[in-house]
Amino acid sequence: MALFPEPFGTLLRLQDALETFRTSGWMQSSPSGSGSYPPLNVFRKGSDLVLIAEVPGINKSDLDLQVKGRTIRLAGTKTVKFAENASVHRRERLAGRFDRSVTLPVEIDPDGVKAECRDGILALFLPQAERDKARSISIG
Amino acid sequence: MSDRQELAVRDKQELATKEEKTAPGRYFIPDTDIFETDEFLAVILEMPGVQKSNVEVALENDVLRVDGKLNLSDYEGMEPVYTEYNIGHYTRSFAISSKIDRDNISAQLDNGVLTLTLPKAKEALPRRIALQ
Repeated sequence: MALFPEPFGTLLRLQDALETFRTSGWMQSSPSGSGSYPPLNVFRKGSDLVLIAEVPGINKSDLDLQVKGRTIRLAGTKTVKFAENASVHRRERLAGRFDRSVTLPVEIDPDGVKAECRDGILALFLPQAERDKARSISIG
Repeated sequence: MSDRQELAVRDKQELATKEEKTAPGRYFIPDTDIFETDEFLAVILEMPGVQKSNVEVALENDVLRVDGKLNLSDYEGMEPVYTEYNIGHYTRSFAISSKIDRDNISAQLDNGVLTLTLPKAKEALPRRIALQ
């Protein structure tokens, strides 16, 4: 079932759905929780999981991603640069280093994990482990 | 220097509407740095998820207005299971006090960060004042 069938008029619905799942207990059985940088959203797409984080201004080369079992580690450094002799009017962008681990409550296939970083969005595609997939059982 | 610091999570700021939008939904205020050199004013906005073709920049009556639209089709077929932040289009405007050479404004989008360089008009370039 497509939750967001057409591109227009769906923003509000998508936002409402994202808001609803902020109190989801999906991670509760794992040691991971919220509060660490980068903030992330987890989606289900078919039988796979997609983990998305906003990482504006971070180069691919400054990101270090690791998978071990069902734990994902996102580490890196974000730098904010000003021109030489600049006089600063406003400073809101944050800089610094980060290192976050997330243990997912489902089995994933660590060899099949794919990462993509585009327009300041990091997306990790996590295929569900074959042995964790639902199997239909025929009654003999 | 600041690179040694742990990067903290800050909630995205939602736009408190001054004017109504035609499409329903929340808008977010991009985190912005603004600095000035003798020659130009630079405005740097963080708009993760916005593609080059969906950015609009306008300078009118000394108000600089930036709009960035998200491409929602990226989220097609995705069902949230756990979320920590919300998404939306970005919008922000600034009143620019210095005289700007409008014909030479340049914009660059890298990794979701929009950098606007607004060169100062000739008459607005600073003059050093000699002490008598």
